[in-house]
Amino acid sequence: MLERAHILVCGGTGCTSGNSHKIAEEFERKLKEKGLDKEVKLIMTGCFGLCARGPIVVVYPEGAFYQHVKVEDVAEIVDEHIMKGRLVDRLLNAEKEEDGSYKAINDTDFYKSQKRVVLRNCGIINPENIDEYLAYDGYLAYQKAVTEMTPQGVIDTIKKSGLRGRGGGGFSTGMKWQFAHDSVSDKKYVVCNADEGDPGAFMDRSLLEGDPHAVIEAMMIAGYAIGADQGYIYVRAEYPIAVKRLEIAIDQAREYGILGKNAMGLGHGFDIELRLGAGAFVCGEETALLQSTEGKRGEPRQRPPFPAVKGLFGKPTLINNVETYGNITQIILNGAEWFASMGTEKSKGTKVFALGGKINNTGLVEIPMGTTLRTIIEDIGGGIPHGKKFKAAQTGGPSGGCIPASLIDTPIDYDNLIAIGSMMGSGGLIVMDEDNCMVDIAKFFLEFTVDESCGKCTPCRIGNKRLYEMLDKVTKGEGTMEDLDKMEQLCHYIKENSLCGLGQTAPNPVLSTLRYFRDEYVAHVKDKRCPAGVCKALVSFKVDAEKCIGCGLCKRGCPVNAITGEIKKPHYIDPAKCIKCGACIDHCPKKAISK
Amino acid sequence: MKSLEELQAIRDKMKAQLSNRGMAEGDDVKIVVGMATCGIAAGARATLKAITDEVEARGMTNVKIAQTGCIGICKYEPIVDVIMPGQEKVTYVHVSPERVKTIIANHVINGNVVEEYTYSHAVAKA
Repeated sequence: MLERAHILVCGGTGCTSGNSHKIAEEFERKLKEKGLDKEVKLIMTGCFGLCARGPIVVVYPEGAFYQHVKVEDVAEIVDEHIMKGRLVDRLLNAEKEEDGSYKAINDTDFYKSQKRVVLRNCGIINPENIDEYLAYDGYLAYQKAVTEMTPQGVIDTIKKSGLRGRGGGGFSTGMKWQFAHDSVSDKKYVVCNADEGDPGAFMDRSLLEGDPHAVIEAMMIAGYAIGADQGYIYVRAEYPIAVKRLEIAIDQAREYGILGKNAMGLGHGFDIELRLGAGAFVCGEETALLQSTEGKRGEPRQRPPFPAVKGLFGKPTLINNVETYGNITQIILNGAEWFASMGTEKSKGTKVFALGGKINNTGLVEIPMGTTLRTIIEDIGGGIPHGKKFKAAQTGGPSGGCIPASLIDTPIDYDNLIAIGSMMGSGGLIVMDEDNCMVDIAKFFLEFTVDESCGKCTPCRIGNKRLYEMLDKVTKGEGTMEDLDKMEQLCHYIKENSLCGLGQTAPNPVLSTLRYFRDEYVAHVKDKRCPAGVCKALVSFKVDAEKCIGCGLCKRGCPVNAITGEIKKPHYIDPAKCIKCGACIDHCPKKAISK
Repeated sequence: MKSLEELQAIRDKMKAQLSNRGMAEGDDVKIVVGMATCGIAAGARATLKAITDEVEARGMTNVKIAQTGCIGICKYEPIVDVIMPGQEKVTYVHVSPERVKTIIANHVINGNVVEEYTYSHAVAKA
């Protein structure tokens, strides 16, 4: 049945928390009521990427991009747009063409500079219907690999494409496949690392929610290439929508004979099982993940032997990240040259970033490697809210570092990021403005790794804890200049001596902030002052007696009665009682209170 | 288990069904139906249905069917615009489901405008 219009309601995590399921239900009800349910198709898709403006509804063929949609708006969209062909202007993206008409989805600033390879189907297909995946050349790459290519031919293609691991390390994917292929064993495994744990990162989650079959197909291709017939996807239990859609996708693929013995009748059998992680960050580290998949305690072990030689259940294992797999089918279908034509000399293809923090368009973006931070923040991200100044961007989560404003024109790829003391990481990109204290940011990330350290090795378990304590001292104004030097020393010690990637990268946020924002550390130590006004121990709230009109609003707003003063006379904040919550600043109509 | 042929059949069928999901590109034919109150009252819904049925029956994947509001010549409804790639738009009037078949066969498939159903023809006659 050919439908004349398609209503796509975002079913990603962000929009789901904005009640997009209720919106879809309301559409279904309204369409039925108007007798339109046979001629208009309604589906729930994966993430569109522009999470800041969710819940999002897109109507094709017009490409009308409705944002901040509420259940109450559904009737108007159906009556006006679907019935009469009149777009509901007030809900559209505000960007306009030169002729005054509203821009369609692909022409908006947010999407224009993006290149969607991994996310090609997210926000386009219904992830719970295998037929829609098939319509977009689904499982053709696997068919091509098995019928037209040798396993070594597949590996050579991946090598030639220049694809590097998207989980953070950036190791050549083709080489990894080669090692697993070359290991001789009666049994091998293909594993997908979907234990995405960086604070603020949701790339893998969105891909699994929006296009689960793409990951399954890529794992099948990997299985064919290295000679494995069993795959495991290790996914966090905290991603219920991703887990549900993976389960549906695996069931549907089995039903069609795509997964299972003799997949698609092509002679190579492959099946996939899910393993749910219980929320330990360290299980994103590959050796810990394999331990946990086996049902053991999630602790890393020493490498070598690498998983490609001795991995899951002691057998050769290929383990890749979700986004890495997301590229595979496209490389097989379009060729290594096509993939290598995107990106920079040593970093090919695209990268998905989860854009968060002090930025207007928080959401999911996919850009060619080599795009500058400026393009991401100013064009795609729409700049910093409230006209504030860009201070730094944090990439790579707790393992990464901060990129200061002076380096905003750095083209983003693996090697450039490492050169400036950060790393690609899995793709979290947190934007910070002048109100963020860099010492506090370093402390935040370190607190996270201290919490998540598995405790197996001493440098990470104790070293990071001591490092955290020194940072804490600095934020309280009790640090000394000697502490700063000691911290730097300790950072290097932890990096060099920790067992796994978690410990080896944990001090990065501290090192990079010490490198680029040393003056802020010095201000905390020498002047006992937090320049951004974040560290509570170092700020004191004061009333400017000249500006104060004595209205008493601050007094009423104060939760601890720390403010005294007569009406029409300057007020006073008692520092002993003040808890530095900032409520008085919000209440003051004359901006007379400063910190 | 589905054979490779069966999987390909699903791909082809779904591709045709999903042709309306996406914006019209360079080589797409656009068919736009007037669906304001006047159009609907004159039977535009049946016309639209006839268009989607015909496009589907012929397995055409390069056609985008869209709708629009009232363009102010209500007495000529149902009105349908056909925009062939790289050509001027042709406006058809009083498009009944029967006329749809002729328009798609002659104009969209074979490139011959059905003059007698066009707006300019109707105006010249009046």
